[in-house]
Amino acid sequence: MNSASCAAKISTQPFSLNPTSPASHDRPLVSPKPASLFLGSTRKLRLSSSSKLNLHRRSGTVVAVSDVVKQKKSKSTHSLLITKEEGLELYEDMILGRAFEDMCAQMYYRGKMFGFVHLYNGQEAVSTGFIKLLKQQDSVVSTYRDHVHALSKGVPARAVMSELFGKTTGCCRGQGGSMHMFSREHNLLGGFAFIGEGIPVATGAAFTSKYKREVLKEADCDHVTLAFFGDGTCNNGQFFECLNMAALWKLPIVFVVENNLWAIGMSHLRATSDPQIYKKGPAFGMPGIHVDGMDVLKVREVAKEAIGRARRGEGPTLVECETYRFRGHSLADPDELRDPAEKAHYAARDPITALKKYLIENSLASEADLKAIDKKIDEVVEDAVEFADESPVPSQSQLLENVFADPKGFGIGPDGRYRCEDPKFTEGTAHV
Amino acid sequence: MLGIVRQKMLEQSLKKIPPAVSVLRSYSSAAKQMTIRDALNSALDEEMSADSKVFLMGEEVGEYQGAYKITKGLLDKYGPERVLDTPITEAGFTGVAVGAAYYGVKPVVEFMTFNFSMQAIDHIINSAAKTNYMSSGQISVPIVFRGPNGAAAGVGAQHSQCYAAWYASCPGLKVLAPYSSEDARGLLKAAIRDPDPVVFLENELLYGESFPVSDEVLDSSFCLPIGKAKIERKGKDVTIAAYSKMVGYALKAAETLEKDGIDAEVINLRSIRPLDRSMINASVRKTSRLVTVEEAFPQHGVGAEICVSIVEESFAYLDAPVERIAGADVPMPYAANLERMAVPQVEDIVRAAKRTCYRSVS
Repeated sequence: MNSASCAAKISTQPFSLNPTSPASHDRPLVSPKPASLFLGSTRKLRLSSSSKLNLHRRSGTVVAVSDVVKQKKSKSTHSLLITKEEGLELYEDMILGRAFEDMCAQMYYRGKMFGFVHLYNGQEAVSTGFIKLLKQQDSVVSTYRDHVHALSKGVPARAVMSELFGKTTGCCRGQGGSMHMFSREHNLLGGFAFIGEGIPVATGAAFTSKYKREVLKEADCDHVTLAFFGDGTCNNGQFFECLNMAALWKLPIVFVVENNLWAIGMSHLRATSDPQIYKKGPAFGMPGIHVDGMDVLKVREVAKEAIGRARRGEGPTLVECETYRFRGHSLADPDELRDPAEKAHYAARDPITALKKYLIENSLASEADLKAIDKKIDEVVEDAVEFADESPVPSQSQLLENVFADPKGFGIGPDGRYRCEDPKFTEGTAHV
Repeated sequence: MLGIVRQKMLEQSLKKIPPAVSVLRSYSSAAKQMTIRDALNSALDEEMSADSKVFLMGEEVGEYQGAYKITKGLLDKYGPERVLDTPITEAGFTGVAVGAAYYGVKPVVEFMTFNFSMQAIDHIINSAAKTNYMSSGQISVPIVFRGPNGAAAGVGAQHSQCYAAWYASCPGLKVLAPYSSEDARGLLKAAIRDPDPVVFLENELLYGESFPVSDEVLDSSFCLPIGKAKIERKGKDVTIAAYSKMVGYALKAAETLEKDGIDAEVINLRSIRPLDRSMINASVRKTSRLVTVEEAFPQHGVGAEICVSIVEESFAYLDAPVERIAGADVPMPYAANLERMAVPQVEDIVRAAKRTCYRSVS
């Protein structure tokens, strides 16, 4: 693989628009563990990590394989990255995500929402940066932290809120819930509660896209799949199995790691032998890219390239987005283990504030434009809550529906008789 | 074994008092109250201090003090070598634990819920349950798999399944389902000391509930026998057999039935594999009617197995068909009203008991 030669070329860091301080490139990310504690003492890691490593724990080293990327980068460093329309679209999407999640927290504490609710506050740049580049037919597969992925993909806020309230007007008619958002129309394939479960599903969706093009001869089928998952998932076997298959078969998929450093209360550094997740890509023969996930413009640039690669048939990419969740793992998590200094550090890098600053400084939008968007989104979210409130709960008959697509089973035809008794059943082709 | 003798003495002393739950509770003002959470925590604590080969492994068991706070304080007491926070790799860490058990240490593996054990089920069944048989007795696997099982509140289809029937169908595994704090303490201690793989099915909604415990339960040698059920309430008209949370529902149903003149006998199964067939059959021979209650999916479930056991051994004694109360035959829905309909409620048990007594159910 050409990753070794690429390492030499990367000193120019084509993907970091604001390079981190040079000193952090060489700093080891994990303090050497004392020999006697074989899975790592919490206290030892905390002492060294909390003061220094958590805040500068990323090296800026980026592994990029495609030459096309580097050419593009050198052209665009001096011009603006987005147009006004694009900027406002990104801003609106991130504000929608934030306002929606804040409203979810309110509704949960008022008892309208129940069970497990996992909020996405702080990570909006990743969802907006990637999903806004997709077409309707492209697929997104997510985890239990999927409300904002659903919204970015185009599922109406009303449908998502109703689903969370457990009403029959929700996107899954109240049968899925917070963690299982599905939408055929918007190609949102879930919503999976189990860590790592969505990755093979996403790989399968990408496989279908290639299969349609090559076997079923739908020549213009270039659908791309995005798989979102977290840092904890990168230690799961299914992740590695899918990196292998996606690279082996050159599937049109982008593996997006939302590395927010914490899996409930387990720090990424305590759980992972080599915490630099993007390095795992080249091990399987695909580029691994690290990007600042708190900056939507950087994410968008990386995403354009990765999605472009997939669409052109050049294969998968692993993108690690350094991001952070402002709230606890779920609304039931007291969030006591995270260092307040770390939280404050990332709160200062709020992606929405950063985009707002960029738009205003580059005269792409005025304060008034942005305020108008804020107001519009507030209305959308309130309307969603009202709609969900007024929607009916599922009817009793809905309990038994949709267990099977065909409850009678294929062997029984629409007239209730066995298909195999029809004399035409075995004539010629298998069409019935 | 001492536990049974003490239990019988306790039962005899309680026989003088009418066996209604409310009276038991007021008797217990002399005895201590203990939550299931504390019962499990104290059982783990005592077993770990008694035997240094016992160690805990699972997600969030250490620094987070346990996803449901069952392992609170154990990291501080026993250190990170014996209380291991694992990455999110059920298949991986379960396999590692089974391998360790082959060499004689005693892991207690926590699954955050038993739904996640499906990612590790290959190791539970193939590496753990079948090994003693395949090695013809050379390698035993003294491992415990524990965690919450069954439905919680509003957590959706992938977090609500009950796995009692799945694991209980596999020879080589012992499957336990405690109800009260006494069960939790006694059965967990017995499970950790047992030389075979044990699947210990707790219930998340019961963790905060308190039950009275006597002094012998608090003794650090207290153990309950694996494979023995308990009669929670003596009666003569109908037998209601249940496990885990449904025992509480069955007891409430028994109170309601008493007002209608039906004296129900409630059996707390405690052990799903091996099932205490002799106690259930003895009870049914006395009452002639049986209602089984479980929260799980109905097909191929625990209730079906109990019914067959009665048909095989006590068919002539039955005065009415066996009634099976189970969860709805659908993946657990999310909406609150649908979820209520998908899980058995006390009224369902009352109606079933009345049906077996050929009383009108209105």
